[in-house]
Amino acid sequence: MTDVLDWTWQYDGVILLTGILCAVAASLPGNFLVLRRTSLLGDAVSHAVLPGIAAAFLLTHSRTGAVLFVGAVVAGLLTAVLTELIRDIGSVDEGASTGVVFTTLFAAGLVLIVQAADAVDLDPGCVLYGALEDSPLQTVRIVGTEIPRVALTLAGVLLLNLLFVVLFFKELLISSFDPGLATTGGYSARLVHYLLMIVVAITAVASFEAAGNILVVAMFIVPPSSALLLTTRLSRMIWLSAGIAAISAVAGHFSAIVLPRWLGYRSISTAGMMTLCAGLCFLIAALFSPSAGVLTGWVRRVRLSLRILCEDLLALLYRIEERGSVPGGAGRSDVSNGQSGVFGDAGFEYLAKKLLCSRRLLILAGWIQQYRGNLVREGPAWRLTDSGRRVASLLVRSHRLWESYLATEGVGPGRIHRQAETLEHYTSEGLRNRLDTGVADGAVDPHGSRIPREDDFRIPPVS
Amino acid sequence: MSGFWQVADFLVSVVADFRPLAPGVAGSFRDRLSSLLLFEHYNTRVVVLGAMLLGLASGLVGCFTLLRRRALVGDALSHATLPGVGLAFLLAPLAGYDGGNRLVLLAGAAVSGTAGALAILFIRSLPRLKEDAALGIVLSVFFGAGVALLTVVQQSSAGRAAGLDRYIFGQAASMTADDARLIAVTAALAALLIACNFRSLTLLCFDEGYAAAQGYSIPLLDLLVMFLVVLITMIGLQAVGLILMIALLVIPAAAARFWTNRLWVMLLISGLIGGLSGFLGAMLSAVFADLPSGAVIVLTCSLLFFLSLLLGRERGVLVRSLRRRELSAAIDREHLLRGIWELRESAVEFSGAVVERRAAGFEELLSLRSWSISRLRAQIRRASAEGLVWLNSEGAIELTRRGVMEAERLVHHHRLWELYLITHADVAASRVDREADAIEHVLEPELIARLEQLLLQRQRSGEIPASPHEMGGFQSQVGSVASPEGHQS
Amino acid sequence: MSDQTLPLSIQDLTVAWHRRPVIWDVEFEVSPGRLVGIVGPNGAGKSTLLKAVMDLVPKASGRVEIFGRPWRESRQRVGYVPQRESVDWDFPVSVLDVVTMGLYGRIGWFGRVRRVHREAARRALEQVGIGELADRQISQLSGGQQQRTFLARALVQEADLYLMDEPFAAVDAATEQAIVGILRSMRAAGRTAVVIHHDLHTVPDYFDSVVLLNMRVVAEGPTHEVFTRENLERTYGGRLTLLEEATEALRRREQRL
Repeated sequence: MTDVLDWTWQYDGVILLTGILCAVAASLPGNFLVLRRTSLLGDAVSHAVLPGIAAAFLLTHSRTGAVLFVGAVVAGLLTAVLTELIRDIGSVDEGASTGVVFTTLFAAGLVLIVQAADAVDLDPGCVLYGALEDSPLQTVRIVGTEIPRVALTLAGVLLLNLLFVVLFFKELLISSFDPGLATTGGYSARLVHYLLMIVVAITAVASFEAAGNILVVAMFIVPPSSALLLTTRLSRMIWLSAGIAAISAVAGHFSAIVLPRWLGYRSISTAGMMTLCAGLCFLIAALFSPSAGVLTGWVRRVRLSLRILCEDLLALLYRIEERGSVPGGAGRSDVSNGQSGVFGDAGFEYLAKKLLCSRRLLILAGWIQQYRGNLVREGPAWRLTDSGRRVASLLVRSHRLWESYLATEGVGPGRIHRQAETLEHYTSEGLRNRLDTGVADGAVDPHGSRIPREDDFRIPPVS
Repeated sequence: MSGFWQVADFLVSVVADFRPLAPGVAGSFRDRLSSLLLFEHYNTRVVVLGAMLLGLASGLVGCFTLLRRRALVGDALSHATLPGVGLAFLLAPLAGYDGGNRLVLLAGAAVSGTAGALAILFIRSLPRLKEDAALGIVLSVFFGAGVALLTVVQQSSAGRAAGLDRYIFGQAASMTADDARLIAVTAALAALLIACNFRSLTLLCFDEGYAAAQGYSIPLLDLLVMFLVVLITMIGLQAVGLILMIALLVIPAAAARFWTNRLWVMLLISGLIGGLSGFLGAMLSAVFADLPSGAVIVLTCSLLFFLSLLLGRERGVLVRSLRRRELSAAIDREHLLRGIWELRESAVEFSGAVVERRAAGFEELLSLRSWSISRLRAQIRRASAEGLVWLNSEGAIELTRRGVMEAERLVHHHRLWELYLITHADVAASRVDREADAIEHVLEPELIARLEQLLLQRQRSGEIPASPHEMGGFQSQVGSVASPEGHQS
Repeated sequence: MSDQTLPLSIQDLTVAWHRRPVIWDVEFEVSPGRLVGIVGPNGAGKSTLLKAVMDLVPKASGRVEIFGRPWRESRQRVGYVPQRESVDWDFPVSVLDVVTMGLYGRIGWFGRVRRVHREAARRALEQVGIGELADRQISQLSGGQQQRTFLARALVQEADLYLMDEPFAAVDAATEQAIVGILRSMRAAGRTAVVIHHDLHTVPDYFDSVVLLNMRVVAEGPTHEVFTRENLERTYGGRLTLLEEATEALRRREQRL
């Protein structure tokens, strides 16, 4: 495979590793950005990289990586501080104050860079890229092996973020969930906020050097959001987000290799593909999350309606049996063996009308119940089987017990039927027994119909 | 696989605007300035006009996003237009259109931007995810897709492609007359849309519940606002760049907020600030030829923002702190005068005769309320400067004639407010603006007259003690003018 | 002047927002071991009063003392039960996590949450009657259960003074009884509770003292002295329905006496 993909560990491996490190490192603090509803501060802080570098350069006339790094982090923190300041002093909406601060700082950074370029007789592009010229192939010698410097930096950042999240877990939790309680309890919610911002700034700057700010902003927000859709425990959310981030990085890298071949191009932005993959993971979570997914929710609702329909079908057939005929002669009751069925087109019309569903759905429900052995098709007719009759009788028993109970409790006669119709589908045997003891008359419902007993139609066990 | 470095390069080119304005304007500084002011240079005219109109339109649209607490939706949607441009360029030839055609690209941007808007609405509807996450996800994922597409585009036909990304995220400096015309048309269209939907948009911003009750569809209105943003964005992006576009959508509206609480005034001011920033910024960057034009426009806008923050008539910092100071002073003043008054009333047995007290000692006043020594001293100073109190020979504080009248008035007003709170308890909280002398400014004269009558009635019936007498009269009723509150328990 | 035994002492408190006074010249004291209710019409500044006590909003004038000291020094002895709307119930935490938060102040910055803390949290949950919900995610709770969670969080702090903002708002009858039970056991243990309350009917049953607040203190003191028709009229104005409620409350109180 490595041959096919033109893979070289020294090059691709490094990029893959860097991508994974960057993604996971960003997703960790990103969880709290999302929970505190300040996701876009990640974007703002990473835009502060430019003015930070420019200011650091102007102040120190140094192009060493470390100096520029610190300058960028300070600028990132400054973004957060100024945002808070403007928000508090001016009572400005948080999003607006973020927007004001980061665009202004960015513009100031641009102006500074141009000035710097003039002052030092440099091409503006050069100043910017000066610190970024370190390619993934520039290495540092540690323990006898050549390790790419960028990977080393990112590994350090990952470690830092991990330590931060672990050590300050409860402070982050309480200041994100209930800052008022945090403050009255003696934690400065503000201090925690700024610590988080420092971590975010460091992550953004380190990642910018490696991957541009698209990737890091995406990883701050998208994997944690996906994780939030998948779980409702914070610790699980954090691990999930790290996992999703790593998967996105891997998938992104591979698709960046593979896709251009398919489309006939030379290459495609890896960071862009990693971001896209993160987006794809999010979409999958949004659609298929067991608790929150759109599709799973839809499927659940459909299954529920179908179950109710199937049960209603049996209950209706039972009631027809009880009555011994079908109104309007839409079917015939064949009283051989005390059973009766419904058949013919008119019969199905009648059923569909009573059950308030389309004919197709009715057929489907009928088919399902046949499959379960509750119905049997004899020619054009449907008949309840023994097990079907049992199920139906219990359902009807639930319904009529509820009606009795509600009537006993004083609910108006117009409403008991409708309420019982809903409740009957969620009534277990235990609940039925309790209802039975709670009603005035356990044999007859308020409409005068006989309430089936629990033991009616009980199928004797095969000996 | 130079993806990473391409991206960094690309990022800077995409968001930055390096080219200075009017490179063709030569000559000394003064020459440049005068030629500028006389609008001699065609290019400059175009750019200044275009920037101004863009600022105006952005200011208008930005008001709605700000009031809906979604100021950064412009950020998200600007980033979201990128993949549309790339796709349009790649796919247009398949449909027989010229991929480099500006309108084709704009159409792509519009489609992609609208898709972004819909995605925002979708994500917001998911459980547990909030507004900011929706914006962030759309921003980063769409932009990432766009970047990926554009790296592909750049490889297809190198020359054209290079022009494409510069062209898409253009520069104010190279704005052509066509660009300016397009901006003008879009601005007019946006203004028209706003005017036609003004009422529903107002309701959306200030009373969403009522709007829904009146049958307006809130999601559709939100979509309308976002569509306006996409409209402005796609034209603006290709003229002035990403960061500038975001700035123009956020900053003028935020600045206008400090000046007023009314929507139409805010729209006016926001448009004005946006237009002014565009105008001034473009002019400035023409004069100082080496500054990047987009950045200068943003910085001008920010300056206006900070000025508004400080000086804004309605919510500016200075105004608010002045008001706070005024309120504090008014409270202190009232406390002081009423405090002295109340102490006056306490009769003192002195060799059998009841003596009227006119003066209050400093210590007594200090113990009456919870103020600090310095605060009390400051208040006494202020009051004596106003001629309301004076320090008598023993160093105690006495009310002057004016002081007595003022104290009486205060107590009377106090009673009226008291009565108002009682009779209109359900609305009082929103109407009370209880500075010492503000009742006439807040309540209608008829209402005041009614309250006065009520007060008189209650005084006659003995429910409320009689008004304080003029100075010089002997007060025999102990505690007669004590305020009803605070003495019950 | 600072009485260390008084759980709460408020003098001259004025809070204004954008020039509009929200509460004005509020002054009262709370004795230890009492259940104090704060009642008044909507918008009368009751929540603001509590927030001003806890330094969450700035004061225009006045002084607040808790056990004779300013808020910052007595913070550890106060438990706050906020309104339910003040929190995002979608947050991915369990009921037990929320209750344990009440102990964070004691655990300190780098401490870990140990089993003993979780045990204490579970005990508090048992005390409020929702012990079986400890591991449930908070978005799945009903209103009454949410309220009990907050209550448990305050209980676990073992504070001497409790400040509660409308704990009885929109809860079911069972929860209401549970809360009242907790309040009474707190009182029996010598603790003090200041509770913002909205239902006039139950004031005489639940509270020893009451503060009638309508932007200023209309009256305050022992319920049987202060909860009179005249004072209620002065607090609530001439609104008929409220007056009826007040009358009903009075009649019930008289019946009990």
